[in-house]
Order: sequence, then structure tokens, then C-alpha cells
Amino acid sequence: MKYLPLIWKSLWRRKVRTTFTLLSIFIAFLLFGLLMTIRAAFSLGVDLAGLDRLVLIHKISLVMPLPESYKGRLQTMPGVEIATHNSWFGGVYQDPKNFIAQIAVEPTEFMEIYKEYKLPPQQKKAWLEDRQGAIAGKDIAERFGWKVGDRIPIQATIWQPKGGGTTWEFNLVGIYDGDAGVDKTQFFFRYDYLNENRAQGEGLVGWYIVKIKDASQSLKMAQTFDEMFANSQAETKTTTEKGFVEGFAKQIGDIGSIMIAILVAVLFTILLVVGNTMAQAVRERTSELAVLKTLGFTDTAVLALVLAESLFVAVVGGGLGLFMAWLIVQGGDPTGGFLPAFTLPNRDIVTGVALMVLVGVVAGILPAAGAMRLKITDALRKA
Amino acid sequence: MSFFKQIFSVAWLSVRTIRQRIGSSAVAVVGIAGVVIVFVAVLSIAEGFQAAMKNAGQPDRALIMRGGASDEMSSGLAGDAVEVMKQAPGIRRENNQPLASTELYVIVDLPKRSTMTAANVPMRGIVPITPQVRYDTRIMAGRMLTFGTNEIVAGRGAAAQFAGVSVGSQIKTGQVTWTVVGIFEAGGSVAETELWADARVVQGAFRRNNSFQSVLVRLESPEQFTKTKNWLTTNPQLNVSVVDESVYYSDHSANMTTLIRKVGFGIAVLMAVGAVFGAILTMYTAVSTRTREIATLRALGFNTTSVVISVLVESLVLGGLGGLAGGVLAYVAFNGYQTSTMNFQTFSQVAFAFAVTPWLLAQGLTYALIMAFFGALLPAVKAARLPIASALREL
Repeated sequence: MKYLPLIWKSLWRRKVRTTFTLLSIFIAFLLFGLLMTIRAAFSLGVDLAGLDRLVLIHKISLVMPLPESYKGRLQTMPGVEIATHNSWFGGVYQDPKNFIAQIAVEPTEFMEIYKEYKLPPQQKKAWLEDRQGAIAGKDIAERFGWKVGDRIPIQATIWQPKGGGTTWEFNLVGIYDGDAGVDKTQFFFRYDYLNENRAQGEGLVGWYIVKIKDASQSLKMAQTFDEMFANSQAETKTTTEKGFVEGFAKQIGDIGSIMIAILVAVLFTILLVVGNTMAQAVRERTSELAVLKTLGFTDTAVLALVLAESLFVAVVGGGLGLFMAWLIVQGGDPTGGFLPAFTLPNRDIVTGVALMVLVGVVAGILPAAGAMRLKITDALRKA
Repeated sequence: MSFFKQIFSVAWLSVRTIRQRIGSSAVAVVGIAGVVIVFVAVLSIAEGFQAAMKNAGQPDRALIMRGGASDEMSSGLAGDAVEVMKQAPGIRRENNQPLASTELYVIVDLPKRSTMTAANVPMRGIVPITPQVRYDTRIMAGRMLTFGTNEIVAGRGAAAQFAGVSVGSQIKTGQVTWTVVGIFEAGGSVAETELWADARVVQGAFRRNNSFQSVLVRLESPEQFTKTKNWLTTNPQLNVSVVDESVYYSDHSANMTTLIRKVGFGIAVLMAVGAVFGAILTMYTAVSTRTREIATLRALGFNTTSVVISVLVESLVLGGLGGLAGGVLAYVAFNGYQTSTMNFQTFSQVAFAFAVTPWLLAQGLTYALIMAFFGALLPAVKAARLPIASALREL
């Protein structure tokens, strides 16, 4: 501890250099934080998907509809806590470029299964009472300036209204919130409203969500469901919700590996730059270090001094960078709806801190070892 | 004259002596090359994706969908309405047949080769006239499907990206088994991700009765578009929207390309700032190791401008080297790299190849030189300001 002022002094011996080293590391870890966030966002909140929720889709593909009648059969199966269905609406709000996930759900079952969507009790009640009622996520509501009580027109693309025209109108009765990572950009409305008013496709739903009592039975249950509907008009494919989301994320492509490849390039470069700078800093101070040794500093103490300097730069620069990234991420998804789960996972913060220490040690170790091995007589003469 | 001569000789001196500072110079080159690689690689994804979508559109083709439908997936057209559409003026005819391809667009689950997880593969129901409408496609292996059977032809991209798609292989979707009899290419466009089957068979297999999803028509000339469109949209028997095929595909790639570009530029800008700091550090190191040399030059009477320029030139040489190395590496590693992603607007896979274009390489190199220039400015000024007497005494 008593050497702190010494380390501090030698750090600021070259102010400009130390500042720029700090800035380089700052940028590197700012990037680290942001890229890890993008990586997590592209996994579409897979960490939050439940293992006790199964998703049933049509065996041919997700876009093929399933009959509404499956609900009754699923509900009576032993081990099933609750079954419900969702339907993709795919409408357009104002401009086709505004991508909003609009899903027709059964409100009672929906709120029972998706406890992570937090909706005030009076808004829940309002939704159950209003057939045209819809709820929207906090983020999407903020983006379009929606308030409870607003009337929201959406242009149909798939489901044309029975009464002619292409517009469906919804009453916004609630705005849901949720913990970090919960997708707050969706728009949910009532299936009964859709089903009664669409021109064609009555009784068809998109996919089923089944909450089971025992998550450990999920594989067995999935198999039972698929066997039950085998050789019918609409065969099913059942997976856990986690598996479903993972599969969906994999369809986008391997964003994770791309992000990690970029980070490796960034960190490697930073390591080179910082290592080079540390080496230069030690070279310049050869005579000073020799004087320290003459005064009785042990070899190990000199090694520790140089390492501590390098560690300090790495941890302070990196820490500030990661903090900055965290601050930016708090601002939410910058793409306007494409990356709903835009958060920096805690796991990656820990990895980040570990990487800072690693960069500090690796960049400092060679110069530090060099300083340790200095022979007083040679070093003093060199100057 | 002697002023320029001075500048030139000092600049040449610092370039020649780079070799003696190989360690720190290499750091600068590698750092800048790293930034350029990432910059070029990320943007080549957007270029490739956009190229695949852009190549799909032809100016003399128009796409007819149901009014209000934003894409083929959400569209639906009744069989009798389709017959009316074929009568529209401006549609090219061959042997008295209108070149109108009535199509279905569905999705089937096939495992992606890279992950072996299910992917949404687009399947298009086609009719015998389709090849004349989609004249930019060509069977490259096997043969065309026989209409009235469960045969399919697969696009080159689909064959490369999805497991079990090759001539002679069988694909099972639901209760229907398809046989792949040919592979087609379509100039690297998005159509190459599709599987094509007889529309009548697809209607049966996907329970679509006598309905289609879109009609792709080949026009007599691109100028006929407005005429054809007006006739179709004002016909009281029909409720359709008509779009230029190239506009359709560029609209459908807009979101994705913007997303990749935003992320790509964001990363590249941050990395560039980091690299500028890195370059500053490197050039500072270079200047401080040359302190005595520079002071000697100035003691000999060389002016400060030539010293400043010599540091800048050295940095630009290093930056140029880094930019070139990065560009070449990115080209070798990524150009033509085949991959596929999901287009959210149609929920279906799009196979494409990374495209490292000359324009991207030029951007990368420019970028490298800009980084090198800004990285060297401060150190150059520092070098020029060194007080000669004390500098000579240093290290």
C-alpha cells in the first residue's frame, strides 16, 4: 500500500501517453460491453424462456395454422397445467417499416402463463371486459407515444376484416412492463375479437403454448403430444419454449461467433498497443529502476511495481469502458424494435472484469520481468 | 525548391528507418489492419445480403398480390381472380400465352447444415410457364421437375445451406414426400434459397384449394408497368396491389441491411477511435525513440515543417500498409463466404454470400489513412516542438 504514491507518480510521468493508453483500453471494453449486449439480444431472450412451457407448432412449419380444437384435447392431458394458443397477426402500423409483433392471445390464459409480463390489476380487468382491448409493451408504447385509452388502427396483411376494408381498430387498455430482458415491444390483443371478425380462416390458430406441472417431464410430454396428433390433418412438432427460441435465434445465423471474432481482434490489438507502451515506459525508466534497486528494492518489488502500473491502467480504463457500455445499454434498443432483449448480461460483466485483469497482466509481464532482471551496474551505465 | 527537397529527404529518412523500429511499427500496422478487417467484413455482410435481394428483381417484371398484403407470405388470390389478372394489358405473350406465373409461397422446415436445427425454407409452387417468366434462372444440375408429380427443383443456395437437399434426395414435409430432381441457379439472387414444386401439388399438400398467393408477370417492356398496374388496380373484379419486382425486393431487404449497416458502422467507428489512440501511442513511441535523431536533424538546420511532415508520412505509410493488409485479408477470408439468415419480413431463410466489393476495399483503405493521419498529428507537433538542447541530452 505504501508504494501507491510511487506507482501513481510513475504512471503520470508521461501524462499524454498514460491518458491515451487509458482511452484505448476504455474503447476496447466499451466495445466488449456493447458487442456482448448485441450477442445476448440476438439470442432473443433465451435465458428467460421457460423450460416448463412447451410450444406446439405445425409439423410442416411455423406458418401453417393449427385448429382451435386442439386446446380442449391438450387441456385434459394429465400433467398439463394450462394450455393456450397464440396467433400471429402481422399487420402494419402506419408504415410497413415499423416492425411490431402483434399477437392474438386468450387474455386469461395468457396472463396466467406469462407471469413475467407485469400488468396492473385494473388494466387486467379492463382487458377482460373489452373485446377490442389490447395491451402493449412499455418500450413500444414509448416509441409511438401510446397512452392507455388510445385507439390504435392497424392495417391487416393476412387477416382481412369481415366488414370490408383493411383496418382493425384496437383500444389500448394496458401497458405491460417486465424485468430486464423481457421483450417490452410486443402488442397483444384478444383472439375472440380476431376470430369473430376475420373474413376467412375462422377457428385457426398459430401455435400452442402448454404449461406443464413438472419441467423434468418436458421431453416425454412433447412426445406424447406429437403422437396424439400424428396422422391427423395437422400434425404437430413440440419443443420446450427454450428450445424453440434457441432454434429461432439460430435461424438468424451465428451472430454470437461473429461478435466473439470481432472481440478477439479488438482485444489482441489492444494487448499489442498496451504491451508496446509498457515496454517503452520501462525502457525510458531504466536508470530510475536501477536507482530503486540500489536503494534496496528487491527484484520482486520492482516486478510488482511495474505489473501494478499495467494492471491499474487496464482495470481503470476497462472498468470505465464497461461502465459506459452499461450506461448506454440502459438507454434501450437503438434499432427501434429489432433487438427487444437489449441488456448487458451479468455473466458478461464478470467475464469483462476477468479480461481486464488478464490484459493488465499479459501486457505488463514482459516489461516487468525485464525490469526485474535489470543488473544495477549495467542499467546505471546505460543512461 | 530546397524547402521541398528538405521535406522529402527527412520523410524518406523516417520511412527508411521504420525497419529499426520494427516492433512498434508492426503494432501500428497490425492495429490498423485489424480495424480494417472488421470494418470490411461486417459491411460485406450487408453488401452480400443486399446483392442477393437486388439481383432478384427485374425491371420488366411486376408482382401482383392481394390488396394490403405486404409480402407473398401474407397474400392470397382466388383461382378465378387470377384468370382475370392474366388478361391485363402490357403482359408479354408467347405463343398466345400470357407470361404470368401464378405462384404459391409456403414454408417448410428443413435442418440447416451448419447447426442441424430446423430452419424456415421457402417453397414456391410454380406452373409450366414459370421458367419463361423467371427467365434469369437456369437448371445447373439434374433436370426440370415434371409437372403433376411430387418432384422439386432446389436453388443452389438451398442445396448448399440445408441438409439433405441434392439431386436424387427425398424431402419429407408432413405427409408428403418430395424428390429433388434438379438444382437451379438464379444469378446469386434470393430465389436460389427456394425449393420449387408444381403449384397444383402444393395446393393439395398445403390444403390451399384452388388459390394462389401471387402472380409474377413479365411485361412487354418496363414502361408498360403503369398501364398494367392501373388496369389491375382499377378493375372492380379485383382487389390487388401491384409492385415493381425490384422495388419489392429492395423494400424487403431495407430493414435487414439498415440493421447490419448500423451495427457495422457503430462497431467500426468505435474501433477506429480506439485505433487512432493506438496509432497516437505508437507514433509517440516512435517519436520518443527518435528524440535525439530529430533533435540532431534540427540542429543541422532542418526546419520544423519537414520534421512534422516526416512523422506524418511515416504514419501514413504504416497506415497504408495496415489498410492494404487488412483489405487483402478480409477479401481472402470473407469474399464469397456462403451463409444464410432469416428475413423477418417473410419469416424465411435467405442464402447469400459475403461480398467484399472494390468499393468496400477503397473505403477500408481511406479509413486506414484517416486513422493514421489523425494518429500522427499530436506526436508530429510534439516532435517539432522539442527543445533541441534538452532533446539531444535525452536517452
